[in-house]
Amino acid sequence: MEAFTVHTGRGVPLRRSNVDTDQIIPAVWLKRVSRTGFEEGLFAAWREDPEFVLNKPEHAGASILIAGPDFGTGSSREHAVWALQQYGFRVVIAPRFGDIFRNNSTKMGLLPVVLPAETVEALWKAVEEDPATEITVDLEARQVRWSGNTVGFEIDDYTRWRLMEGLDDIGLTLRHADAIADYEQRRPSWLPTTV
Amino acid sequence: MGRTLAEKVYDAHVVRRAEGEPDLLYIDLHLVHEVTSPQAFDGLRMAGRKVRRPDLTIATEDHNVPTENLLAPIADPVSRTQVETLRKNAAEFGIRLHPMGDDGQGIVHVIGPQLGLTQPGMTVVCGDSHTSTHGAFGALAFGIGTSEVEHVLATQTLPQIKPKTMAVTVDGALPAGVTAKDLILAIIAEIGTGGGQGHIIEYRGEAIRSLSMEGRMTVCNMSIEAGARAGMIAPDETTFAYLKGRPHAPQGAEWDKAVEYWKSLRTDDDAVFDKEVVIDASTLTPYVTWGTNPGQGLPLSESVPDPASFDDPIERQAAERALEYMGLTPGTPLRDIKIDTVFVGSCTNGRIEDLRAVAEVLKGRKVADGVRMLIVPGSMKVKAQAQEEGLDEIFKAAGAEWREAGCSMCLAMNPDKLSPGERSASTSNRNFEGRQGPGGRTHLVSPAVAAATAVTGRLTAPADL
Repeated sequence: MEAFTVHTGRGVPLRRSNVDTDQIIPAVWLKRVSRTGFEEGLFAAWREDPEFVLNKPEHAGASILIAGPDFGTGSSREHAVWALQQYGFRVVIAPRFGDIFRNNSTKMGLLPVVLPAETVEALWKAVEEDPATEITVDLEARQVRWSGNTVGFEIDDYTRWRLMEGLDDIGLTLRHADAIADYEQRRPSWLPTTV
Repeated sequence: MGRTLAEKVYDAHVVRRAEGEPDLLYIDLHLVHEVTSPQAFDGLRMAGRKVRRPDLTIATEDHNVPTENLLAPIADPVSRTQVETLRKNAAEFGIRLHPMGDDGQGIVHVIGPQLGLTQPGMTVVCGDSHTSTHGAFGALAFGIGTSEVEHVLATQTLPQIKPKTMAVTVDGALPAGVTAKDLILAIIAEIGTGGGQGHIIEYRGEAIRSLSMEGRMTVCNMSIEAGARAGMIAPDETTFAYLKGRPHAPQGAEWDKAVEYWKSLRTDDDAVFDKEVVIDASTLTPYVTWGTNPGQGLPLSESVPDPASFDDPIERQAAERALEYMGLTPGTPLRDIKIDTVFVGSCTNGRIEDLRAVAEVLKGRKVADGVRMLIVPGSMKVKAQAQEEGLDEIFKAAGAEWREAGCSMCLAMNPDKLSPGERSASTSNRNFEGRQGPGGRTHLVSPAVAAATAVTGRLTAPADL
């Protein structure tokens, strides 16, 4: 995955809570067997409305999505992360995320940033007043900065390191193949196999 | 200090623990279906990797499969390609597959328990958020994304940060006519769709212990709708009785050893949960949802809420949007809401006990004029059992459509879907906008309420008939 250190871009204010992954990418788009082309399906139902925030010309090219609480709840579909990334988003900011979505994001290099609801409200206002507002998301310093404001965010050291290095989990785990083989020797004998 | 059930199962699966790193957790069972796996198998091929433990992996076709004309090829070419891709991948990587038409085929979360593959104390994952279903057996079971599916295929492990624990204790007994589905809808309405985030929920208390395995699976299934990746219930005699004699359950001396271990899988008296919620079962009544997230639910006896009654501005705005999408007016009694389609099925309520509950209500009654009722068994085995018990005759005599097994209208990836503006009462798990078809409107209900609703054409509990 692409390494993430610091990203500066413009924001889109998505003033909605409980944006579930069915809204991010409707199920009909999940029938594909490839990993590409999901940007067309991003918020497909909502984008039919010309007034939907993503359709507004002033937000074209924005790369930071700013959403309400419980973003990415529901289905485990990683396609939601692919759709956001392929559309051009590098960061999603929200007061709370669905656990699986948040996890999927960090596997793919889309940065989920948890900020308090008041800060999200301040960001919404800033980008609504001036869509050209530049927002910097600094993973190294664990900070979001815009128009002279600086707020910190939390992320665990390991996930931060992996994102900053752009490392693939499978390669890291396979370094411990011996430990896995040892564990397999110790598993109880009654456990089932599928064969 | 004592440990919770979740901690005991988690600790028993730690392959490697190192300061400042996630734990590496061993996975005992990996369930695979056609939707979230193709890109994972592609990843393995590109890296020249194999499936480490095909013998701990099982696949089925469920999300895309039509529920009619199984002998005909799938009409939608994109769905057909996805199903064919799973067949090719299963053959190439040596994974057992239950394809469409096979008598072992069914929804991934129905077939695992049915085969006895889901057992207490195991870790179970699947690229599907409703993997939490398997927690009903005291397994630690959670949904994962496609990157993690690839990781489990390649390594049979997952890096994990130990989740927090939450107790949902349901004291007292559920009144007659109140089911596991009503209970979990009430729990989600109480704690909210984010209430369980970052936690594993353990459901405990008298009302939980009294549930059948089917009921426990319904409760654990919707843990994700409360924001929790996993829900668990301590195994007991009900669990052991369900498992005994199933094709993959231990036998003979192995059974005795397993049961002895399984009996240790309960939260110690001095264990501490990070969060606790207590619910009184005796006050509950049939529950339905009125909005577009599963937390927007109320007792059927109440009315559509007025958004102005919500203090929290975010909840108020969500209610306004939901009512607009659902085409509902505040103050309308929920019992007056007219329904076009009734869907019975899904990994939440597609098991034999659910179908029996529907048959009990439909027996000697008719589906109302103008109402379409689809009954979709969770697996081909559930279908066969229902037919053996003559339930299909009751359904057909009432005017319902009796279909083949699959996910069907729960997420409308196959031809079973709502039209724009069409309103359903559905035993599935999500009332999201467009979930059952673009523009479709979903009310989540129990199987008994679904059946009574089919009879009157309005949201109805069996007691109202």
